[in-house]
Amino acid sequence: MSVLVVVECADGEVKKSSLEVASYGAQVAAQLGTTATAIAVGEANAANLATLGEQGIAKVLYDAEPRLKDFVNNAYTKLIATAAEQEQAKVIVLANSNIGAAVGSRLSVRLKASLATNVVELPRTDGGQFVVKRGAFSGKAFSDVVLSGDRKIIALKKNSTEAKHEAGKTAEVASFSAQLSDADFADAPTQVVMQDQAGGILLPEAERVVSGGRGMKGPENWGLIEDLAKALGAATACSKPVSDVDWRPHHEHVGQTGITISPNLYIACGISGAIQHLAGVNSSKVIVVINKDPEAPFFKAADYGIVGDVFDVLPKLTAAVKELN
Amino acid sequence: MKFLVCISNVPDTTTKITFTPDNKEFNKAGVQFVINPWDEYALTRAIELKEAAGSGSVTVLNVGEADTEPNIRKALAIGADDAIRVNAAPQDAYFVAEQIAAVAKEGAYDVILMGKESIDYNGFQVHGMVGEMLGIPTVAPAMKLDLSGNTATLEREIEGGKEIVTVNTPFVASCQQPMCEPRIPNMRGIMTARTKPLKVVPPVGEPARTTVAEYALPPKKQGVKLIDAANAGDLIKLLRNEAKVI
Repeated sequence: MSVLVVVECADGEVKKSSLEVASYGAQVAAQLGTTATAIAVGEANAANLATLGEQGIAKVLYDAEPRLKDFVNNAYTKLIATAAEQEQAKVIVLANSNIGAAVGSRLSVRLKASLATNVVELPRTDGGQFVVKRGAFSGKAFSDVVLSGDRKIIALKKNSTEAKHEAGKTAEVASFSAQLSDADFADAPTQVVMQDQAGGILLPEAERVVSGGRGMKGPENWGLIEDLAKALGAATACSKPVSDVDWRPHHEHVGQTGITISPNLYIACGISGAIQHLAGVNSSKVIVVINKDPEAPFFKAADYGIVGDVFDVLPKLTAAVKELN
Repeated sequence: MKFLVCISNVPDTTTKITFTPDNKEFNKAGVQFVINPWDEYALTRAIELKEAAGSGSVTVLNVGEADTEPNIRKALAIGADDAIRVNAAPQDAYFVAEQIAAVAKEGAYDVILMGKESIDYNGFQVHGMVGEMLGIPTVAPAMKLDLSGNTATLEREIEGGKEIVTVNTPFVASCQQPMCEPRIPNMRGIMTARTKPLKVVPPVGEPARTTVAEYALPPKKQGVKLIDAANAGDLIKLLRNEAKVI
């Protein structure tokens, strides 16, 4: 019996959300009196995988099959299922990412496991039950869910738990083969198109986000958002009306039918704060709202606010950040 | 091409969420229910593809009790041809997936579409479970879907980009923007929806694997701290020294 964690890698690095998954999995293993093993997916690098020891991982399984570099639903599912059987994993932890959800849902059927996604805390295992807390109602509530059966799969919400770092500890990296065949790669992508990442900060993984709404008046003014984001090391985002009129690309749209994010800091510029927008950002730890309308509903959900013109306020903020650094 | 579009019945997006006094159930009193907004992308795209092909059918499927029928009729008014309701409260994602898989198998559907997730449970699970139960590919979440004969080309969103994926029917896709502009019913649609077939079938399969023990609301915000626009730079100091987020 063990805990298996799925770590997503890109360009040789373990993603931040997967460090959280590794740390979470190691803590679950400690709760259950066992050890945590990781299985790497994506473009991994053995030396970086060994550092997962810092998150409490004992062993990392790595299949060097080159076609695993890109996300392939069937191949990833088989890889993880094979690792889970080998390690006799009772609990599998993955990120609540597009990859984690696609694979986790298939795995739950294949391994006859109960599945909880969008999980925000460590499980409670007292009283013979296995209970996890997860986000529901688009961030407007939480639910405690009892997972029945012998096997559980947990998809951990990004930035909801902190990854522990115990410097110097290393994990054993073991080569692993799931004996994947051509048939497992039948649904492989014919093409992968990555976004142009100005500044290199990916919105779903970002700790800080600067976001603009219709109050920005047009795409030509986005330089103000980008300048502040760059100074803060933040990603940029936008509201639905902004992506609907193509001022900004759809992958920047946060809200009920866009991306849901939970960064440490969310700065909303010229966004009134419709309930559908709040659904995408209301689990952010600190929310700052800048709006010239003091009646904007967003102020009710904010921790800090400035009633003022974004065109006047944003350059001041950028200057203040630069001064501080 | 036979399309099966799965819709769920969810509280309207502007609903204030409350629970029953024991916190075990969502309080439905006075709440307006709508078709899950993500599912509207699946429904509209299926209708568009059927219209473009000039043949085929769109069946809408809901797992729910009789009170979901107004929204099933709304889906028929938007342009689905017929509907199936599995007569059971949706217990969890696994239970719902079992119902969808059984209906899909029985009706030999070619394309099974649904929204990325429901805005109440936020599971993002059903698509993969159905695909696995039927042994067919799943593409989730899909931002674009085109069909040419039995071959579909989809864009799947991944963190930081997208994958172009080609699959043959049958397959499952969970849909999201910007796949299409969701349609709203017109008067003719509303009139014809009344007489379109709506079949009610009993649930099948194993019981749910997960149960909700309790719901809770997030802790209340302390209230906003306002900073004078003239001294906007003070905000940055607060974010560093007080909130400690930069």
